[in-house]
Amino acid sequence: MNYLELKGLSARIMRQNHPLLRSVSLALAPGEVRGLVGESGAGKSMIGKAVLGILPKAVELTGGEIWLDGQDLQRLSARDRRHRIGQSCALIPQDPLTALNPSRRIAPQITDRLVDILGWERARAVTRAEELLHEVRIEDPARVMRAYPHELSGGMRQRILIASAFAAEPKLIVADEPTTALDVTVQKQILKLIKDMQARHGTAILFVTHDLGVVSKVCNRLSVLYGGMVVEDNDIDSFFAGPRHPYSRALLAATPKYTDPGASLTPVPDSVIAGVRGEIEAFDQRQAHV
Amino acid sequence: MADARMMVRRQAGARLWLSAFWLGLVALAALFAPLIAPHDPLAQDLFLGRMPPFWVAGAEPGYWLGTDSLGRDVLSRLIYGARIALTVALVAGAATCVLGAGLGLMAGYMRGWVDTVISRFIDIWMAFPPVLFSILLIAVMGPGLISIIIAIVIIDWTRFARVIRAEAMGQGAMDYVASARVAGRGRISTMLTEILPNVLPTIVVLLTLEMGIAVIIEAILSFVNLSIPTDDATWGGMISEGRVSIHQAWWVLVFPLIALFLTVLAFSQLGEGLKDRYDPVLR
Repeated sequence: MNYLELKGLSARIMRQNHPLLRSVSLALAPGEVRGLVGESGAGKSMIGKAVLGILPKAVELTGGEIWLDGQDLQRLSARDRRHRIGQSCALIPQDPLTALNPSRRIAPQITDRLVDILGWERARAVTRAEELLHEVRIEDPARVMRAYPHELSGGMRQRILIASAFAAEPKLIVADEPTTALDVTVQKQILKLIKDMQARHGTAILFVTHDLGVVSKVCNRLSVLYGGMVVEDNDIDSFFAGPRHPYSRALLAATPKYTDPGASLTPVPDSVIAGVRGEIEAFDQRQAHV
Repeated sequence: MADARMMVRRQAGARLWLSAFWLGLVALAALFAPLIAPHDPLAQDLFLGRMPPFWVAGAEPGYWLGTDSLGRDVLSRLIYGARIALTVALVAGAATCVLGAGLGLMAGYMRGWVDTVISRFIDIWMAFPPVLFSILLIAVMGPGLISIIIAIVIIDWTRFARVIRAEAMGQGAMDYVASARVAGRGRISTMLTEILPNVLPTIVVLLTLEMGIAVIIEAILSFVNLSIPTDDATWGGMISEGRVSIHQAWWVLVFPLIALFLTVLAFSQLGEGLKDRYDPVLR
């Protein structure tokens, strides 16, 4: 059975008729890693936020269901929903530089969730946090635990965020472009780390990114989004062997190749964009008639 | 890099210590006024009117900073005046801070209708001319220490609310707030653990500024005779009395003016110094 399932999820900016998500459906089996790819504004981060219940105030869900572990989240009271999400989900945020509270030391920032979610004693949580830091290959966890975020490098902070996301053994992690803010060499280590941690803990991950190279390294399946609509849902191997949708094909063709560094970049052709826009218009018209 | 940081720190240190020293002095004077004041601040002696301070020829021994037109000792009045100045600074400053920062924090973090209500309220509130407003308030409540404090709080809370609201809004958009929410932390708890510590440096700076402003407002209200019954020694009252006899006895005006100036300056510098020292990002 799927751990997470979105059924026709739609969202828009409040009181405006501008859809951000257009009937998005996708499923995530336990322990599966699904990439969500698309250009800026395609709605990929919005999906992650909707799942975690942290949509911006100005965005409202207009339809569809979010099923988490066999439970329709929309049917729960706000309080139960928070509780349920807290118990089973975590977030690896995009920018490690703003994702740790600058005025608190590292230790409470990791142990908070062990205390909040699992109801552990603080001392036990500290021991576990140190183990986790060790697990994400931070040397001298005791020193890092006492540090303030600004005393640590970006890569180090992202490791801490990963450790803290896995801390309470969530079943689902939303990774919102976790490597975008890092430089390329660090990116590679962090990706490997997320993959290792995922394999060891068996956590399902919704991996939001615009980088198909990253997707090919960590994901089992992917959804390609355009204009808040899923245009392709495929498993990794068949996607890279031959994407089905013309937009995915163009997107894949636009990825720079390591094998031919001198080649000029291929932009997504206008005709393809016109094609997807047409599909979106057709979709909106169908919605208008319902 | 290390050198530049040292420079900043040394400067901040001097600023912090000098202002703390002056405020400490004022605080001691206020606390132990009956013990240190050489004379009764209210005792009049018409034969000793307008005596100059000790270094000027014709000074009366024992009256270090001279006497005013009624023969009251300027130094003793200055010391007793510190009591009222500090009481107003601390009580009004703290109350303004709690009210303003509290509302600002709620508006900035919770947004939505809470924000709309509080922000519109601030807008309306700020449209009243503050001096007129305070004079009106005191006219209604009657002069006195409590009235001044209430007037200051009512006039100035918007300053805190505005600034803290903006800061809290910025903090609310940070990923650590999102993470705390995902982990199931409640709104109030998130506000107190994730937002408040990050706006605290700003609150401290505003609070010390506000204390300085409170001292000035008290002095202004004393100056226009709306503060404390005139017999009691206040710096503003002394300045107002000294103004009349500036040509015959400048010291009656100048000493309380210096005390007022240094105290207000010390409060603002204390805030800056504390911020430099305790802001985790600068540290």
